[in-house]
Amino acid sequence: VNATAYVELLNLACGALLVTAVLILWRRQFAAIIRWFGVQGLALSALAAVLALHGHDVRLGAIAAGVFALRAVALPWLLRRALARAEAAALQPQRETRPLVNVTASLLAAALLTLLAYAVSQPLTALAPASPAAHAIPLGMAVVLIGFFSLVTRRRALAQITSFLLMDNGITAVGLLTLASTSLIVELGISLDLLLAVLVLQVLTGRLRETFGTTDLDELRELHD
Amino acid sequence: MTNALMLAPVAVPLLGAAAFLLLGWSRATAWLAAASAALMLAAAIALAVRQAGHAPVTWLDGELRADPLAEFMLIVIGAVGLLATTASPAWLRGEIAAGRATARTAARHSVLVQLFFAAMAAAVLAANLGLVWVAIEGTTIVTAFLVGQRRTRQAVEAAWKYVMICSTGIAIALLGILMLNAAAAHAGVPAGLDLEQLVAAAPHLNRGVTRIAVALLIIGFGTKAGLAPLHAWLPDAHGQAPAPVSALMSGVLLSVAFSVILRVKAISDAALGPGYCRSLLAILALASLAIAASLLIGQRDYKRMLAYSSVEHMGLLALGAAAGSPAAIAAVLLHMLGHGLAKGSLFVSAGKVLQITGTHRIDGVRGLAARAPLLAGCVGFGVLALLGFPPFSLFASELGIATAGFADGLGWVTAVAVGLMLVIAAALFNHVSRMLAGEPAAVPATVSTDTGRSRAGLGPVVLALTACAVLGVWAGPLTSLLHSAAATITGTP
Repeated sequence: VNATAYVELLNLACGALLVTAVLILWRRQFAAIIRWFGVQGLALSALAAVLALHGHDVRLGAIAAGVFALRAVALPWLLRRALARAEAAALQPQRETRPLVNVTASLLAAALLTLLAYAVSQPLTALAPASPAAHAIPLGMAVVLIGFFSLVTRRRALAQITSFLLMDNGITAVGLLTLASTSLIVELGISLDLLLAVLVLQVLTGRLRETFGTTDLDELRELHD
Repeated sequence: MTNALMLAPVAVPLLGAAAFLLLGWSRATAWLAAASAALMLAAAIALAVRQAGHAPVTWLDGELRADPLAEFMLIVIGAVGLLATTASPAWLRGEIAAGRATARTAARHSVLVQLFFAAMAAAVLAANLGLVWVAIEGTTIVTAFLVGQRRTRQAVEAAWKYVMICSTGIAIALLGILMLNAAAAHAGVPAGLDLEQLVAAAPHLNRGVTRIAVALLIIGFGTKAGLAPLHAWLPDAHGQAPAPVSALMSGVLLSVAFSVILRVKAISDAALGPGYCRSLLAILALASLAIAASLLIGQRDYKRMLAYSSVEHMGLLALGAAAGSPAAIAAVLLHMLGHGLAKGSLFVSAGKVLQITGTHRIDGVRGLAARAPLLAGCVGFGVLALLGFPPFSLFASELGIATAGFADGLGWVTAVAVGLMLVIAAALFNHVSRMLAGEPAAVPATVSTDTGRSRAGLGPVVLALTACAVLGVWAGPLTSLLHSAAATITGTP
């Protein structure tokens, strides 16, 4: 891949990450959120693939394949299945996320968080000022912050799982863009932990529905001081 | 031989988990868990004795490392693990008798507890920060179902908050790890996040990146260690988990997570100087103590009371770590062991109180001293240990932490902390004396008042409290291990 094409593809993939993050924050329908989450997984694996092609790095290529399998296929499939179960079980289907913050405010927050991401990533970008990948780090960081914002403002269990995964996609993007490799065992362990955590959360979502009759986390009021 | 001793703390519980999977839970297999914990403790002690005075050994391509801190943490895991697992069979029999559990759920409980041990042992032995992360998140995954074991509304709610908050916290730590990795790669450290290499290369790490990374790592692992402001999961999870699991989570898991903070502190001090990590930890310490104090005063649930007391003790560990001198770190480590034994004993006793009274509420328990004298003694002495009364080892370690705090330039922070500790001590004393004294409350008909059952399984508690008292008077060969473990963190021989 020649240098200009590399930079353009890199920016395209990172731009897609941020746009899908904003879309996930904007949309209220679970089905749409999960669809955009799948698209984001695709963008993330494309990012890894571009970096692998540019660096002629076989290990990164394997990671790109892993990211695709986990984040573009397995996790969206798990989320869709959870949604289907929730709809089958609920008396009134809960297709929307019921966030605490309205659309305008959350889009404004996304813009502010993106600015914050640029400020926070300053030292990381300065580490390798010549690398186009380093200049894209703020975009990954913005996805992390948007994911965190979405996590604390959404009240349905499934929406929180998706937000958590959104944050995790951002963290993975930052990790990829710093171009520093970790050992393969660690990468595998992190992916396995993530998958297991999502499975655990999914089982717990089912139990929440059994015991509370809803997955609205506002209903969780048994424990407090 | 050393390699076998390093493998044992991870492999033995894995074999134990397999055994419970195959054989199920019965009167005979019930003691497998205790045997596995005893083997872990024996391997940890043997490892510490063999390695005393030698350089740390690494194994498995440098993925596992036994240094004095890892050896000490293994001893803490083994000791508190032995307490919790020897108390488990009686507790599980009580639950089965009361119809709240079956042999199947008991088997599942035992499998998960064994996996929990393996994950904690892996977390302290892991030589690189990435693997530490994987193991710590592993503990969240295996304990999630232990917290939600009873499947009541409260238990499910606690499990959800636990997994969600801890996974988010640990994700923040992962971001920190990736940043540290970037800084290390830039400084020319070979890839892999090896803890020893990170400390060695710390002076060359980019300061700006390391600053953010350390803050993220301390907040992230601090979530798992129950430090404020991300402590919200702790009282719920420790209040709802089955008694032996609460004992393990409060007694060891928090300390294991805190030991990771100590390792991060070693990197931070070498890269940024001691001031940065000190102010972060001092803030977290004061916040934790203040939150524990304010929520303990009006506490109505005795398991939550014990949980908030864990937040307090984690705050004290953070204060000691902030002071940072070798003596302070040694006191912090001793405090981990003492707190593990005392809090483990109290949670096991609290499980017993719950079984014989059927209520979580402090005002639902009256006159325990008259109804179940041995149990009341365990609770009473356990709380005295927790409050730092001599001869218990928490007296020595709290004194050590406070002295170090005043000596190392944290005077007003330590003074505020001591004030908050007095408030907490008064609150705990008040709540517990109400539980122990007075006329026994009317007992609901559904709850058995069999006095034999109130005594079963308290042997380990008596032993653990005795060990805690002995440690306070004479730490013996443990002293040299404590000092070499502290030297691993402070870098001074």
